[in-house]
Amino acid sequence: MTNLTDLTIAEARAGLAAGDFSASELTEAYIEAVEAARVLNAYVVETPDIARQMAKASDERIAAGTAGLLEGIPLGIKDLFATKGVHTQACSHILDGFKPPYNATVTQNLFDDGAVMLGKLNMDEFAMGSSNETSYYGNVINPWRRSNSNAALVPGGSSGGSASAVCAHICAGATATDTGGSIRQPAAFTGTVGIKPTYGRVSRWGVVAFASSLDQAGPIARDVRDSAILLQSMASVDAKDTTSVDVPVPDYEAALNGDVRGLRVGIPAEYQVDGMPQDIARLWQQGAAWLKARGAEIVEVSLPHTKYALPAYYIVAPAEASSNLARYDGVRYGLRVDGNDIIDMYENTRAAGFGKEVKRRIMIGTYVLSAGYYDAYYVKAQKIRSLIKRDFDEAWNKVDVMLTPATPSPAFAPGEITDPVQMYLNDIFTVTVNMAGLPGIAVPAGLSEEGLPLALQLIGKPFDEETLFRTAHVMEQDAGFTARPDRWW
Amino acid sequence: MSVDQSTVRRIARLARIKVSDEEVPALEGELNAILKWIEMLNDVDTGNIAPLTSVVETSMKKRNDAVTDGGYPDDVTLNAPASDDHFFVVPKVVE
Repeated sequence: MTNLTDLTIAEARAGLAAGDFSASELTEAYIEAVEAARVLNAYVVETPDIARQMAKASDERIAAGTAGLLEGIPLGIKDLFATKGVHTQACSHILDGFKPPYNATVTQNLFDDGAVMLGKLNMDEFAMGSSNETSYYGNVINPWRRSNSNAALVPGGSSGGSASAVCAHICAGATATDTGGSIRQPAAFTGTVGIKPTYGRVSRWGVVAFASSLDQAGPIARDVRDSAILLQSMASVDAKDTTSVDVPVPDYEAALNGDVRGLRVGIPAEYQVDGMPQDIARLWQQGAAWLKARGAEIVEVSLPHTKYALPAYYIVAPAEASSNLARYDGVRYGLRVDGNDIIDMYENTRAAGFGKEVKRRIMIGTYVLSAGYYDAYYVKAQKIRSLIKRDFDEAWNKVDVMLTPATPSPAFAPGEITDPVQMYLNDIFTVTVNMAGLPGIAVPAGLSEEGLPLALQLIGKPFDEETLFRTAHVMEQDAGFTARPDRWW
Repeated sequence: MSVDQSTVRRIARLARIKVSDEEVPALEGELNAILKWIEMLNDVDTGNIAPLTSVVETSMKKRNDAVTDGGYPDDVTLNAPASDDHFFVVPKVVE
């Protein structure tokens, strides 16, 4: 029998339904795998007892014929999602000891469908980072290494624990969030599939807020089918989130019909940036060739304001973060560091509780929102955002989906990028999608010259995740990406 | 636009983050590097453009003005660093 942890969600679902193994056996196999992979630092908390209880309940429901969509499937949950009675700290020191007495809507949806929680996954502090080096709980390590090298690499960020865990088969799938690229970039760095849905598709209720107009939750999974199954469960219309959009959730798995004939695929000229590595440029052309051979039409499009998206993002996102993170004051939850008076207590608590990158962003955000600078920075950035959205709206008259590289490079080493602005450039291809509220998916498509995974990104129209899944599924088949990191952990 | 050290201290005060004298020069450099990079936005003419307010065209959701949740003060103060009889306890603010 194959190793149970090597089964995809779709395969495990079939095995459970056929009675080949029980949910408890599947969960036990994952608990062992999680323990054996602690060197990756993907989990900040393991919850084996909860997992065993949930698996036992799943076995009872399977026996009773009332199995849900994700019955008995062991998942990892990013530390940003509220989980009742379990460590939920956004991997920040300032949320020390926080255990919410409720589940996020996303976690509740997954549990209602029968999913089993293996533990909470590491991430950049408050989802601010592109390398998982800002976590209070230490760096996550990428299971991948360069050819003929033992040197550690970052898994990307901020959903670095989610991506590393899915890649290492220490969960069947994981929840993640994406504010500027935090699902797609780590998926690209680890050879996994990550989708950021349309803004409003997945409830943000119970997800620790970073930048509320940009944040969106989605899954990281081993393949396109699994990501469709997971999003099916995570997505919902939620009265608790006023930005949740009242559009029914379609059957995403049914969209995987392999047919992209007549699909108009846009290639945005502005994504052809100076200094793009040759292997990434080649892969991009290859991706277009695969889709063309399947009967899609390749169309050149222009998104003129692309290069302004990232600097505008670094006004909007820190501004929203500085407001959202004002709630961490040492009064209602988390860390408190005493002071001479209440202001001194606030200042001491926030100085000790936030890491360097989070402080940097709160200060940028505070500055751009401060008296005299609001129009010059914040309003200007929101106007640029209108232009970015208009670029896309016009392009959608000509194409159904767009194809771009996912990242400007493969995974790099911890400590390799120390300049904040250089680190921000990791999101150059992903951030436009958040600024315009669109769905985007990263699909592993090949290996770099150094033997590391590279991904392509598909960008879709609002609430057209089905076309993204369908196109990604075809590309996944043609790419035939089956490479796995050597198991060194 | 750029920030000097007194502005860094003022922003830190507004953000309620204590910064030490040793931290200020490094923060000044980092914030200025980011602000300089952002300056490229000045190349874009946004004179007639309205700022974006929502990425999804949708009308504001409304609900009946009724109490639908609550009644569990134990849960509300559960995670407080200091609480007493369902009140959050803070340093004295009124003499």
